[in-house]
Amino acid sequence: MFFRKIAAATAFATLLGSTAYAGCGLSSGNVNILGNEFGAIQAVVSGAKECAGGGVTVEANLTKEHRDLQVAALTANPAQYTAAIVANSSIVPLMNDGLIRPLDDLVAKHGGALQPHQLITIDGKIMAVAFMANAQHLFYRSDILEAAGVGVPSTYADVVAAAKAIEAAGIMDNPVALNTKTGWNLGEEFVNMYMGTGADFFKPGSAEVSINNENGVAALKMLKDLVDVSSPDFLTFDSNATQALWEGGQLALATMWGSRGGGILDDEGSSADVVNSTVLTGAPTLMGDNVASTLWWDGFTISANISDEDAEATFVALMNGVSDDVIKANNDAAVWLSAAYTAGPASAGVAATAAAGANPYPMLPFMGLLHGALGAELSDFLQGNESAEQALSDVEAAYTAAAKEKGFLN
Amino acid sequence: MSHRTFFWFILPSLLAMFVFIAMPLVSVVFQSLYIEHEQVMRVTKNCGPFGCKEEVSVDYEATQQLRDQNPLGQFNGLGTYLDRDHLAASEVGEAWTSSTSLGEFSTKLYNLPFYRSLAFTLAYTFIVTPFVIILGLLIALGVNRLTPVLKGPTIFLSLLPMIVTPLIGSLILFWMIDAQGIIGKSLQLLFDDKELSLKASPTLTWLTLMIYGIWHSAPFAFVVFYAGLQTVNADALEAAMIDGASRLQRVWYVVIPHLKPLFIFVALIQLMDNFRVFEPIVGFSAEANASSLSYAIYSDLKGDVIQFNSAAATSVLTIVGVAILLAPVLRKTWRDFQQKVV
Repeated sequence: MFFRKIAAATAFATLLGSTAYAGCGLSSGNVNILGNEFGAIQAVVSGAKECAGGGVTVEANLTKEHRDLQVAALTANPAQYTAAIVANSSIVPLMNDGLIRPLDDLVAKHGGALQPHQLITIDGKIMAVAFMANAQHLFYRSDILEAAGVGVPSTYADVVAAAKAIEAAGIMDNPVALNTKTGWNLGEEFVNMYMGTGADFFKPGSAEVSINNENGVAALKMLKDLVDVSSPDFLTFDSNATQALWEGGQLALATMWGSRGGGILDDEGSSADVVNSTVLTGAPTLMGDNVASTLWWDGFTISANISDEDAEATFVALMNGVSDDVIKANNDAAVWLSAAYTAGPASAGVAATAAAGANPYPMLPFMGLLHGALGAELSDFLQGNESAEQALSDVEAAYTAAAKEKGFLN
Repeated sequence: MSHRTFFWFILPSLLAMFVFIAMPLVSVVFQSLYIEHEQVMRVTKNCGPFGCKEEVSVDYEATQQLRDQNPLGQFNGLGTYLDRDHLAASEVGEAWTSSTSLGEFSTKLYNLPFYRSLAFTLAYTFIVTPFVIILGLLIALGVNRLTPVLKGPTIFLSLLPMIVTPLIGSLILFWMIDAQGIIGKSLQLLFDDKELSLKASPTLTWLTLMIYGIWHSAPFAFVVFYAGLQTVNADALEAAMIDGASRLQRVWYVVIPHLKPLFIFVALIQLMDNFRVFEPIVGFSAEANASSLSYAIYSDLKGDVIQFNSAAATSVLTIVGVAILLAPVLRKTWRDFQQKVV
């Protein structure tokens, strides 16, 4: 009798306990999130994980290789992940293959807290909810620029001149770094620099590439000037490597992602002199007023190949992940697209880049192929092994071959 | 053993090989003959945090209809094999007619991705394989002469490079040769050149990759040759000693001919393995300076836009390459076998 009383009491207590945990108003569902790995996304996912319990499971896989996984994982039926955290460029392959579902009903039901500019609509349907903005922009060390007697650079030509002055004054060798690792990073640096010329990548209305002209050559020449004042290992620099170099005090001018600002300005991983003299400012221009950078949004999408119940649970969990509390607690992790965000020094760069009129990264279905061709073919030119015109013609030939194979050109 | 018993004995292995090797191979060859359907595109209005824009996007339903009718894609025949990413027939022809010298032709050829990967792959295969055999033999001969007390620990240390996972081993070496790492900094001091970087120059990167390859594969050759050394005829060695042969002559005239089948075996395995070199390139982030056929397949399959058909064509070309490399060795082995049977 006593044992039965204890058993009943324990069962009651567990029931009460588990219903108390289903705080997001969900009773069941599996949530599995795939995304990139950096501070802001980790904050969103921990916010989403608070919805776990009481029949709802929340898991996540955050990795730098998410772009390699997402298409295959979401093609499976049922999809391996219920949500994919994407940006302007990584949403395109998911759209091309019809792997994500429209969110109009879910936004109407649960998305009251969202601002209109957070809704990514494609052809009239809401396909993603953006929660942060990002861009590559300039970071500089005010103490080193002062010691060398140069002002804050506003064009890339100024950046190169400032770097040469710093080297001549003997303050630092190889003071510049960009994310020039062969592959996606190198392609991104060229795309940003080419945006600084104001020219188009493709012939209007078609998938035919047109970068082998004086604009392409100008962009390449500036990249070459910049890597000449960088460490000779520049072809292995991804964003983690440049951040590590900056925090180690070995750079004076760098082009890095704005989302790195929070990690650089915090009091971990670096010394006080570096942190106190690090300033984030807008991306430099290349020709005229054209900002040599692209604007990115990061947001979440929901898979098409999952049950409606899982889709709703995922949406609610992720809305919890981008709630005001999460944003306030992680204010400096990113430039959040929310009313609860207060701008600070970590977001000054992205805000300045956007205000100066930078364009968003082109969301074209064949941009990924051009980006891949750029990342693979430009290292030869940057190592001084071929001319700029030859490099651009190689890029165009590689892009054309890939586009023909994927059916964008015939 | 009767043929029937033999057949039932190997049936499980045969089935597994058929399902996991033969069928995928046939599928890959098929895929290499097709390309994707033409993507149906239309102009749509896309809105986001930075405003609205009219952009081209893929009409998923219309393209999916094409794909449902013909799941394999459009038949391209040998088109993928001859396009710029593979054998580049038209580019090679153009380079041949427009080049004035062989040097200029090879520079133009080296600009094409497949031939660049092939150049490194062949260089790696034909440099690493002989050095692995020579180094393995030297280590085996050395270890054979040690006192029994030291043999055990020495064998263990000699096997370590092979036991360490290739990716981890190459990452460790990558960090050591960095300009700030112990080997990189020492080389800078040794050559008194502050800009010296093993990762920046293609020649030095190739050298680093090959040294890593030799270091990693030598233990395999060592193990095989060490086992072979235990079976050397002691009488023949003694007779040679009585005849006044020096140690070097004993090794050259008695040991090496005895180990000849093992040399062929190790050479075969090494040729096959080195032609498929991949992990060192990933571990050393060397894709800017050195690319191999396997790495070309990997980069086709990586990223947002996966190019299955291009990867399939490169895979078939790799298989053809391995077959060509192994043909002489296999022919010799077949001839030796025929002679023994006779």
